[in-house]
Amino acid sequence: MRRRTGLFLLIALLLAATVLAVLVGETPLRAADYLTALAHPGSAPGEILWTIRAPRAAMAALVGGALGLSGAALQGLLRNPLADPGVLGVSASAGLGAGVAIALGLAAIPGAIELSALAGALVAGALVVALAARFREPETLILLGVSISAFAGALSSLVYNLSPSPVTTAEVLSWMLGSVANRDWPDLVTTAIPAAIGALLVAWSARGLTMLTLGEETAALSGLPMARLRAAAVGGAALLAGASVAAAGIIGFVGLAAPHLVRRFAGDDPGKTLLPSALAGAGLLVLADLAARVIPTEQELKLGVVTALFGAPLFALVAWRAARSWRS
Amino acid sequence: MTAAWDLRELVVRQGGRPALRGAGLTVAAGEMVGVIGPNGSGKTTLLRAGLGLLRRDSGTAALSGRPIDAIPEPDRARLVGYLPQERRVGWNLASLDIAALGAPDLSPAAAREVARTCLARVGLAGFEGRGVLEMSGGERARVLLARLLATRAPLLVADEPAAGLDPDAQLLTLELLRAEAARGAAVVVTLHDLTLAARFCDRLVVLAKGQVAADGPAATALTPAVLRTVFGLEGELIQTPTGPVVSARRAS
Repeated sequence: MRRRTGLFLLIALLLAATVLAVLVGETPLRAADYLTALAHPGSAPGEILWTIRAPRAAMAALVGGALGLSGAALQGLLRNPLADPGVLGVSASAGLGAGVAIALGLAAIPGAIELSALAGALVAGALVVALAARFREPETLILLGVSISAFAGALSSLVYNLSPSPVTTAEVLSWMLGSVANRDWPDLVTTAIPAAIGALLVAWSARGLTMLTLGEETAALSGLPMARLRAAAVGGAALLAGASVAAAGIIGFVGLAAPHLVRRFAGDDPGKTLLPSALAGAGLLVLADLAARVIPTEQELKLGVVTALFGAPLFALVAWRAARSWRS
Repeated sequence: MTAAWDLRELVVRQGGRPALRGAGLTVAAGEMVGVIGPNGSGKTTLLRAGLGLLRRDSGTAALSGRPIDAIPEPDRARLVGYLPQERRVGWNLASLDIAALGAPDLSPAAAREVARTCLARVGLAGFEGRGVLEMSGGERARVLLARLLATRAPLLVADEPAAGLDPDAQLLTLELLRAEAARGAAVVVTLHDLTLAARFCDRLVVLAKGQVAADGPAATALTPAVLRTVFGLEGELIQTPTGPVVSARRAS
């Protein structure tokens, strides 16, 4: 029952945050404007609500949900509370894909950066799935992921180094800081498709993640098709991470912190933290993006900056309180 | 009659060093076999290679007459339940949920019912909701034993099930495995305590440097010669009113 109450609260939080994100913004609106927007979506207030704020809030929810789910799946798979969507090198590879597109001057073509980032994520994801089939120990997988991450980072540096335009680095850096500003509904669909496939794969692997609690050898003889379940978990987590980086750049802490936040009521079972983590990630990122929009700064704050600024102290607090439960 | 587990001439090299050099064992339904030997003699390697968890360099391994590599992953669980030596549990699940993982073939409700029975058998009735990482090492070992029992497999393989347990829990563990054999399961355990091995097992397979040094009932497997050459002990198996006892001291 505790779990059901927790899920209900998370859904309520996500809905409330999304409604707030649509209602509140830089352009002050009066009560009458909201009524106009509801009655006539084509009116000026309607444009602000339905084509600027709503898709932006929905994108924040989608990206946050993907990061939370990806983080929960990877923490379960690797039996490591420090795992996050970046641990397998997929995020860094997506960043490399984006960097290449920007360096080649493709930034003007709509969707080119996103597609290139997704391609980078898919290449790294495929590599990680293949490695996960060969090496089963979590420690080995983490080390290989760190290597992929470092190598993708090195290649990105090489791209900036060799790029003739000095603007490239600034552009890539700005992209990497993360943002869901100026997104429209078609962007949302482009992100939702790979994210949905990833989510289905992860959901299917849930039983396997729970079984891995007992270690690789017990799981291998448990009667579950572990080879396929592991591939689904790794591939799904990679797709989710890749889709989110392609859509919004690199956003830290949400994927790491969401599973920790929900374990307090959902319990430790990796299969049962998946849905709550996705909801928590979505709610957190909608709130973070709202904060990025309304905090009055000269230049709008980047989403990745906000999540790191608020996320790091929050995560330290959560980790401190949770430390007791994973000390064995 | 087909053996529940039939391992022949297993050779496994690890890090260039031969860990198994032609060891094997067979166990039939209703039989409890103890695998004993000094540290590094290949006990765990024999079990893992025989279960297909480790690559074999040569030799054959069969479960209920079928070559292990030919059995699809999900089908193996119907033939064997395995309790590894390593008792690390990744997350703090309730002991009932851990025990229920032994029966993923059942509906969640039925699996929990089986798990509840098995927890009661290992003496943990009333501990169903306790998180395994909040338990003592001995309690956790019993939860993992309950998970093994919940598999209801015709072959149960337990690697060092008595290690690190207090005397009462050691006897309980071996009595439960003995009861499984009495119900018709084939049971294989590795043990370091030679007295426990002699008391509970129908047959002992003595490993030395990756080979079988002796295979038979305790009286023929634990001879003074085997104790001396394999274990480096001066001593013998003595029959007492409460059962056999291995009395020995280090050979000088």
